[in-house]
Amino acid sequence: MSTSHAPVEAGTDQARPGGATPPPGSPARRSGRRRVPLKARLRRDWQLLAMVAPGFLILLVFSYVPILGNVIAFQDYNPYLGSNPLEAFVQSNWIGFGQFQLLFEDPAFWSAFRNTLAITAFQLVFFFPLPILLAIALHNLLSSRLRGFIQTVVYLPHFFSWVLVVTFFVAMFGGAGLLAQTMREAGMQPWNIMTNPDTFIILVTAEAVWKDVGWGTIVFLAALSTIDQNLYEAAAADGAGRWRRLWHITLPGLRPVIILLLILRLGDALSVGFEQFLLQREAVGRQAAEVLDTFVYYFSIATGNYGYGAAAGLFKAAIGLCLILAANKVAHLLGERGIYSR
Amino acid sequence: MTVTIARKRPAARHHRPVWEEKPTPVGQAGKAVLLGLLVLSVLFPLWVILVTSLSSRETIAAAGGLVVIPQGIDTSAYETIFAGGAVTRALWISTLVTVIGTAIALTVTVLAAYGLSRPRSVGYRWLLAYFLLPFLIYPPLVPKYLVVTGLGLKDTIWALILPPAISVFNLVVVRGFFQGIPQELLDSARIDGANDFRTLARIVLPLSRAVIAVVGLFYAVAYWNVWFDAVLFIDRNDMYPIQRVLQSYLLAGQAPNTSGGSSGVTMPPTEAIKMAVVIVTVTPIVAVYPFIQRHFVKGVLIGAIKG
Repeated sequence: MSTSHAPVEAGTDQARPGGATPPPGSPARRSGRRRVPLKARLRRDWQLLAMVAPGFLILLVFSYVPILGNVIAFQDYNPYLGSNPLEAFVQSNWIGFGQFQLLFEDPAFWSAFRNTLAITAFQLVFFFPLPILLAIALHNLLSSRLRGFIQTVVYLPHFFSWVLVVTFFVAMFGGAGLLAQTMREAGMQPWNIMTNPDTFIILVTAEAVWKDVGWGTIVFLAALSTIDQNLYEAAAADGAGRWRRLWHITLPGLRPVIILLLILRLGDALSVGFEQFLLQREAVGRQAAEVLDTFVYYFSIATGNYGYGAAAGLFKAAIGLCLILAANKVAHLLGERGIYSR
Repeated sequence: MTVTIARKRPAARHHRPVWEEKPTPVGQAGKAVLLGLLVLSVLFPLWVILVTSLSSRETIAAAGGLVVIPQGIDTSAYETIFAGGAVTRALWISTLVTVIGTAIALTVTVLAAYGLSRPRSVGYRWLLAYFLLPFLIYPPLVPKYLVVTGLGLKDTIWALILPPAISVFNLVVVRGFFQGIPQELLDSARIDGANDFRTLARIVLPLSRAVIAVVGLFYAVAYWNVWFDAVLFIDRNDMYPIQRVLQSYLLAGQAPNTSGGSSGVTMPPTEAIKMAVVIVTVTPIVAVYPFIQRHFVKGVLIGAIKG
């Protein structure tokens, strides 16, 4: 043991500035770190390490091992070799980029790719601005009671599963739903809403809006409450009307949050509500409802072609990572904080 | 990371500031219609589904399917689904998954959040990066499937419980809250000879009830809502969680098979049974949610600032 002082002493000495978060990289911090040998620090912090261990293990097994397991995209993975996936992995042939070649020649893959991008773009225009507008409308409500009630109600669908959300839509707009029922009673031909591939993009956006528009306001409401009220008063005194105040005070105040959420959305551009699409794929058909995530599922686990699906998944993940890095770069160029500036 | 434990809300603005102009009638009306429609879009379907689930065969037949205006109450649909059979079993499975899962996930998350809350501890930077990285890179579907099945978790509730037992988002929320606790409190515990486990249990946790409640709700809802993991990992239909049963009855068009030993008794109308399944799936969420909702702004705000 190379420790000369008692561990408790070392603990109190070292841990004190802990949560006070000294500016990272400050000289005091650097030198303080060097002074204590690793063994002493381990002895001081072993309890913290023990606390981190369960989470560490779960992430290792269910996140990191699968991320490494992506290498089966370069294999002709055969699940029937050996008695478990590990043996199958060891015994399967390596085929390099063969799966990717097949993938890029697969029209079904490109169709799923196009659908995904189209839906992301559509939702960026018709979904993304809605929580901002709703937040501004809610923020301006004078009665806090009424505001609380509306918030309670509109947050609720966020906690519904996609199965429930789709069920609600089927109950209202499906072939045996309330709308069709009413239209039939009125002697009209009911609209085909839930199974129409041509309008599917509108349907999924409506579902997403219904589920999450209320929840989406939380971040904006928080940002709105940090805007200095004196700015509004000063602007009003200078003769700025309601809309000018909205444009010159409210929106600039929301700018950092809007950019942050845009980055996150762009980084996730290739993911569009997986369960939502899987649930409706049968009813609407592949042409419209196949997105990258459902493609990965159907062309791997559902059909036993694991290497192929893994290749599609890896391709998607790689592009997604590039997108989020690029979006973050753009944010930094615009002078915003982006995601990883802790 | 900025941690704002925004306990104090700005005082409710009941009065319009003097400098603000009176709202135009058109603007007011537009806003009222918009917000009213939004609220109705949530409450109306819930109402219709609830009323239909409580309607008798005659009412449903007269209405032609779904019932908007209640005509008496008939609980036979609920009696049927609770009489044993697929829905009852699925409710048990889902309850089990939710209770055990939430307990495990909360424990894992709270421990990790505390372990990662002290920037000068051993390996801090590496560990933090390790825990945050899965926020950017999701575990890929196919290898994850192989790992879970390879571990022999298929057709057990552990396949539904363990993989999502730590969510990076929730971890960040809890950790942010822990870091906002005044350092003097922790120091005084240490001086009194408390180790980290004791400090966590005696000082930190009692101060963190609100954030634990919110994160607990997030986990519980996620476990209650688990559907796709059940598609992947649960093949036996007697192990189905409730969402899977709901999907097979309402979306995949399977007839509700509630053979709970009701021999010879006339079955309640299918439509009512279906809607009753929807109601029992929604109820836990609607029941728990209002108690925890008031903490949202606080809890989510912290996570949102980090992004």
